[in-house]
Amino acid sequence: MSWSSLIPATSFMPIQATEIAKEVDLLYAFLIIASLVSFVILIGGMTWFLIKFKRTSLDQKSAYITHNNFAEFLWSFIPLIIMMGIFYWGMVIFEKLRTPPEDIAAEIHVTGEQWAWTYRYANGKEFYSSANDPMIVPAGKATKLVLTSKDVIHSFYVPAFRTKQDAVPGKLTQLWFEPKQPGEYIVFCTEYCGTKHSGMMIKIKAIPSEEYAAWYHAEKKGADSPADLGKTLFAQKACASCHSIDGSRIVGPTMKGLFGSGRKFADGSQTKADENYLRESILVSSAKIVEGYPPAMPVFQGQLSDEDVANLIEYIKSIK
Amino acid sequence: MSSAHTKTEHGHSTDHNYLNHGSGIWSWMTTLDHKRIGLMYFATVSTLFLIGGFFALGIRLHLAKFGAEPLLQPDTYNKFMTFHGAIMVFMVIIPGIPAFLGNFVLPIQLGAKDVAFPRLNLASYYIFIAGAAIAASSMIFNQVDTGWTFYTPYSTAKTSNGVILLVLGAFTMGFSSILTGLNFIVTTHKLRAPGMTMDRIPLMIWALYSTSIIQILATPILAITLLLIGAEKTLGVGIFDPDLGGDPVLFQHFFWFYSHPAVYIMILPAMGVISELITAFSKKTIFGYRAIAYSSVAIAAVSFLVWGHHMFVSGQSTLAGIIFSIITMFVGVPTAIKLFNWISTMYRGTVTFEAPMLFALGFMFLFTIGGLTGVFLASTGMDVHFHDTYFVVAHFHYVMVGGTLMALMGGIFYWFPKMFGRMTSDLGGRISWVLIFTGFNVTFFPQFVLGAMGMPRRYFDYLPEYTNLNQISTVGSWLIGLGFLVGLITIIHGIFKGEKASDNPWGAKTLEWQTSSPPPHENFINTPTVTAGPYDFR
Ligand code: HEM
Ligand SMILES: [Cu+2]
Repeated sequence: MSWSSLIPATSFMPIQATEIAKEVDLLYAFLIIASLVSFVILIGGMTWFLIKFKRTSLDQKSAYITHNNFAEFLWSFIPLIIMMGIFYWGMVIFEKLRTPPEDIAAEIHVTGEQWAWTYRYANGKEFYSSANDPMIVPAGKATKLVLTSKDVIHSFYVPAFRTKQDAVPGKLTQLWFEPKQPGEYIVFCTEYCGTKHSGMMIKIKAIPSEEYAAWYHAEKKGADSPADLGKTLFAQKACASCHSIDGSRIVGPTMKGLFGSGRKFADGSQTKADENYLRESILVSSAKIVEGYPPAMPVFQGQLSDEDVANLIEYIKSIK
Repeated sequence: MSSAHTKTEHGHSTDHNYLNHGSGIWSWMTTLDHKRIGLMYFATVSTLFLIGGFFALGIRLHLAKFGAEPLLQPDTYNKFMTFHGAIMVFMVIIPGIPAFLGNFVLPIQLGAKDVAFPRLNLASYYIFIAGAAIAASSMIFNQVDTGWTFYTPYSTAKTSNGVILLVLGAFTMGFSSILTGLNFIVTTHKLRAPGMTMDRIPLMIWALYSTSIIQILATPILAITLLLIGAEKTLGVGIFDPDLGGDPVLFQHFFWFYSHPAVYIMILPAMGVISELITAFSKKTIFGYRAIAYSSVAIAAVSFLVWGHHMFVSGQSTLAGIIFSIITMFVGVPTAIKLFNWISTMYRGTVTFEAPMLFALGFMFLFTIGGLTGVFLASTGMDVHFHDTYFVVAHFHYVMVGGTLMALMGGIFYWFPKMFGRMTSDLGGRISWVLIFTGFNVTFFPQFVLGAMGMPRRYFDYLPEYTNLNQISTVGSWLIGLGFLVGLITIIHGIFKGEKASDNPWGAKTLEWQTSSPPPHENFINTPTVTAGPYDFR
């Protein structure tokens, strides 16, 4: 597609650091061209009429034309078809942006606060914020971020990856990307969050994946991994009295293989067990009752901190 | 002390009109005449527009980074940004066309003596003033820095209590909006002149009618949302704040459920004005009257179903994003229909280019760009990159300012002879147009590029690579400012020194041009009878 390779040079879009960025830019190129054509048809047509039908004498008469069903049908129907095409194209890209691949090489919990980000790796490595400590990720492999916020809504925006996701307090959202090349990429906060909103920047540093593995396993910053901490909590809060970890059925569903599995509920609805589902089930278990189980679990809202919940989730994920 | 509403003898001589029917400030303040109330909104909204414009120029000057030191501190910048947005949206663009031009024009175009509830009309004005005063008091005490969208939990948990005042002001102004809408709907149904069937009402009225429906249905939702913010902040009820068990995204649903339809409260009346101007200055009947009328109603209806397109990355489900995206595309269609109809109206017409027409053509140009870039944003995969960047800022300024303000200016110059019985200087109007139109494109076009480059909105500071475009944008903003200044001078000059206007200086066909300029107190000396459609240029 030779014409589309012209686009990055002329469109002012940031560098295309992911495959998806290329796809987004292709749609963008199409939209620009389609808009230019529409603009020329509309405004060019208008200008032409203005010149051609400019009033030249006082007694000039206008034609008496009230409507034309055929023309009106065409200019309703054709835009509709084009817009449905644009909708569909956008949707395909959107689903890719939203659906992380199966094999994730790095998973990082990211927490926004006024005006910094904290990132915590599965092995307990943890970094507080901004400019000095870039977020290290492997190049050529997929990274998944699980986002939340301590105070107000923030938004994690990586222009080079053409992706963004709000970080909402009290919720977990997710974002993934796969940088093609090693390099540094800027991250902005795009949800207004107060005084230093525009200063809330970090960098993502993609490094070759062997280097990443070495970096990841080098001295840990945290003592215990989140999953380890979660395991301790699981024992302390007596979760094991109702939930097995070996697949056997007791009062509640087993934790084995729970993460990522499909869940069916008493009210007939279904979902996939992702982080948000686990979070909700831990804090307010009555929100969704798994089919065939009694609504017996206590409410932990207010008893567990956000960090506790995140640790428990990591532990549950590790029970495969 | 003479009340404007006393039933005096009038209308026997052409120099007895609504402007000199009762004199003194008191006769204006207590007037029940829709024309005078319209002009009072004009004065009020223009003043607010100057204040909002002051903040805009401040923002742009700061972002140009001309000096070594930043012009504003971050907190001051955020307050400027908030006041600019809140004033322009709630106090200028939403009331501008309906409350000012609508109030002046709607009853005359219908051949009515006044609106259905004149007292309510005056009350609406004072409610608006009260709301604006409450909102303005937040500028003096406890300033607000949330942006006009008031997103929670920032607004409820992290910022000053000034939010309560601003929100209460917007809440109060909402009532004014609802009552005006109600008044217009009843007037349209009940007070049409004999012979004026629903398919003979001017398109301006169809537009105001559709707008009124949105105002009545959507504004209460804003009111409740704003009340909930107040309750959350004062009583800590815990609806939006997750620390209290609330859901911050719920606020966004409420907010956009009003504010998306609200963008059509802003633009539909503008479309009404444009329909009037294009037919009058092409001297040709409007093309596709029904299509334009029904597309207004269709836009009003669909506008309630698309709010989620502001929330594609808020954490709502992928499916919800997709559904909102497809419905949003459907709004694009009636919008396109209108553009095609207006352009076809010029086909085989006899077009002249006085100032009002120039503004109408400016509208067409800017609105087309605004509408087309809306399609970019409606496409989910594309919007993820553009959401909350300068691309969105450019888009909504093109549609709202380019659309609404261009139409408002065109409408002022068009109906000016009717309002004041005098003409404005056409040259003044044209100079104002050139400056605003050029300035507008210089200001906002670079912002599409900034958005594509990734510059987020509401930024006090930015990366060095964005500097040049920001500086160009700032230069443009001064051209716009100058353009409005020239416009203001032209208007003031016209009021006092303009040439005397004839009853129908543009040769238009709608009813307001069949009465004297300015009209008598009760609009017509003899109630007109209507026998044909509104734009019968045969
Ligand atoms: C009719 C005139 C229009 C007006 C007055 C208007 C106004 C606005 C405003 C005020 C915003 C920004 C709100 C904010 O976040 O502060 C906005 C955003 C948006 N508009 Fe429009 N718009 C119009 C036409 C369109 C059209 C025709 C489409 C699509 C076909 C569209 C799609 C969008 C989308 C998807 C957004 C959200 C962008 C984002 O936040 O990422 N708009 N519009
Ligand atoms: Cu932030």
